[in-house]
Amino acid sequence: MNKTRAGGVTNFDTWKHAYAARAENLAVSEVRALFSVVSRPEVVSLAGGMPDVAALDHELIENAFASMMATRGNYALQYGGGQGDLRLREQIQEIMALEGVHGSVEDITVTTGSQHALELLADLFLDQGDVVLVEAPSYVGAVGIFRHKEAHIEHVFTDEQGISPEALAEAADLLASQGKKIKLLYLVPNFANPSGVTLTAERRVRVLEVCKERGILIIEDNPYGQLYFGKEPPKAMRSLDEENVVYLGSFSKILSPGLRVGYVLAPPAIREKLVLANESAILSPATFAQMLVSEYLSIADWQKQIATFRGLYQTKRDSALSAVEKFLPTIHTTRPDGGFFLWLTLPEGLNSKEMLPLAVNELVAYTPGTAFFGDGRGAENIRICFSHPTAENVGVGIERLSRVLNQQIDLIETFGKTD
Amino acid sequence: MGQLRVLVLAGGISHERDVSLKSGRRVADALTDAGALAEIKEPDGELIGHLMATRPDVVWSTLHGAVGEDGTLQDLLQLAGIAFVGSDAAGARLAWNKPIAKVLLAKEGISSPQSITLPKSSFRELNAESVLAMVGTELGFPVIVKPAKSGSAQGFSKIEEPSKFAKAMIDAFAYCDQVMIEKFVAGTELSVSVLDLGNGPTALPAVEIVPESGKFGYDERYTPGETNYYVPARLDATVLEQAAQIALLAHKALGLSQISRVDFIVDDSGKPWFLEANVTPGMTETSLLPQAVLAEGLQLPETYLELAKRART
Repeated sequence: MNKTRAGGVTNFDTWKHAYAARAENLAVSEVRALFSVVSRPEVVSLAGGMPDVAALDHELIENAFASMMATRGNYALQYGGGQGDLRLREQIQEIMALEGVHGSVEDITVTTGSQHALELLADLFLDQGDVVLVEAPSYVGAVGIFRHKEAHIEHVFTDEQGISPEALAEAADLLASQGKKIKLLYLVPNFANPSGVTLTAERRVRVLEVCKERGILIIEDNPYGQLYFGKEPPKAMRSLDEENVVYLGSFSKILSPGLRVGYVLAPPAIREKLVLANESAILSPATFAQMLVSEYLSIADWQKQIATFRGLYQTKRDSALSAVEKFLPTIHTTRPDGGFFLWLTLPEGLNSKEMLPLAVNELVAYTPGTAFFGDGRGAENIRICFSHPTAENVGVGIERLSRVLNQQIDLIETFGKTD
Repeated sequence: MGQLRVLVLAGGISHERDVSLKSGRRVADALTDAGALAEIKEPDGELIGHLMATRPDVVWSTLHGAVGEDGTLQDLLQLAGIAFVGSDAAGARLAWNKPIAKVLLAKEGISSPQSITLPKSSFRELNAESVLAMVGTELGFPVIVKPAKSGSAQGFSKIEEPSKFAKAMIDAFAYCDQVMIEKFVAGTELSVSVLDLGNGPTALPAVEIVPESGKFGYDERYTPGETNYYVPARLDATVLEQAAQIALLAHKALGLSQISRVDFIVDDSGKPWFLEANVTPGMTETSLLPQAVLAEGLQLPETYLELAKRART
């Protein structure tokens, strides 16, 4: 720690004067600190959007590791290229084809999770004040990146059928009339994080039209598309438009987030810059992790593993919906057909952020809706992630959450609503 | 003699878990630097078994919140005959309960801002609006609303007008079922740490706290760069001496041992007003007690090791 000299003053940050303006938002917060309890086993965490990696057959990974070291060990331990391993990119082609996406291996860039792809794209396209259109609510990790780039984040009305094309056109035209530069539409069309909703096929076509007419590039983020419960979601937007859509994919939900391997399929001109930006930022995505994923895809029945995940998450989704019906009968929830999340809307007057300390007392954690908006909205919402706890604990967590809500209702009835 | 085996307790299930983990790491690092064998452990279902099986030479708890500060842990350690750094159960209980500490210290002639502490149930029975209207009228605005038992300014609000009462009360009751409403005293925030290395309690140089936002809340406490700390404080020597004496008196009157931290507001006339005493002061990189130790000319590793050794005697 900094030494405090007698007679001196310190603020414990010698370089405070030197930070870039955009570093202003990078600070500790009381809410973030409360999340520290989620690592305790007594706490049922419905907060982090984590896959249930315990359901992954670890022997498959051990076999892939052994095979990788035996056949390509030196390669795996070496630097790689900025675009990513060719064999892995060929395998990614196959995976994307499952959702109707076809593209050249030359246009695929491997990244350190798809989060890194989003960071690179934001860096390529966004100057301070540029507009990014997003769903309402939107993925917290995307909101964080866009905020850090000092972009104008505009949430567009979204309902149970996904983002509204009409609202999208209206928002874009209004912002354009104000002289704003609208650069990107970012969306998670399948089983969205955090809402769980899926953009309908009809709306996908309309959204593409709205953006094409206005010269807005679409970033289609699809980490959950393979995790459907029953009916497959509509084909990816990228399958309908190769020029105006950049497509992000990830192995975090269908294999393991610990490996940090994602990818981006982009039109050639954008891909060229992405590769250079990737090299500039990190030289190359981790070769070791790429090789491991590649080997896993080569020797394991990965489609069977994804089917296992589907069944598991469907059971947990069912448990979550049953618990909401039983313990929170007056609360509105989305009913996702895949993915990880329920999106709850609380009765008027309740504030999901203010209730967090009560949740710590009740040994349950959730994510307040405010995390998913860049404009301060979301206090009346809660995101429930059902993917990580056991199906039984999902129910236990929601029962505890009902006690939190009752305590908050009691406080509001005692002291009145707050604005 | 072999290495001193110190079990540092950190984390736990409390609203201040994150702070506790940071404090525990700093304490363990300093003890290790000084040559002790420091182990960090979370309190959980295995803690008692672990304590009884390993019987560390000393336990150092950096647990913030109820189990660590309300005397529970100290009671258990006393029962097991395991030495620990800091105050015993009785002292911890008195300091942890802010309203009780204020009452006790008032009997010693120590001034603290006028306040009232109310449980949640009283508002249901007596009509919250009437109660708060009366409290506001009698104390006058601004007032501070805070949980009666908590730390790190969690659930803490300064309110300027009656219309803000509802939100402040809801925020505070989210942390504790008793809330203290205290008359706001404008002035300089000051913290005096008390250290006893075997020759009796000594008041360390006072730390003056000047948050850039004007409010010493959670973020200002734990984000480097958000608060300026002046050590020693830039106040008149007689005021600092008075604060030091009050801190020592509070330490003794509450029956505290080895380390404590007493927080004050010094008003414009130079009068120190007691706010609270802490038996488990924060030990993070931005915390107040470590700053005061360094300002005294002591080193953290040697000081912490000496505290651990002295805890055994």
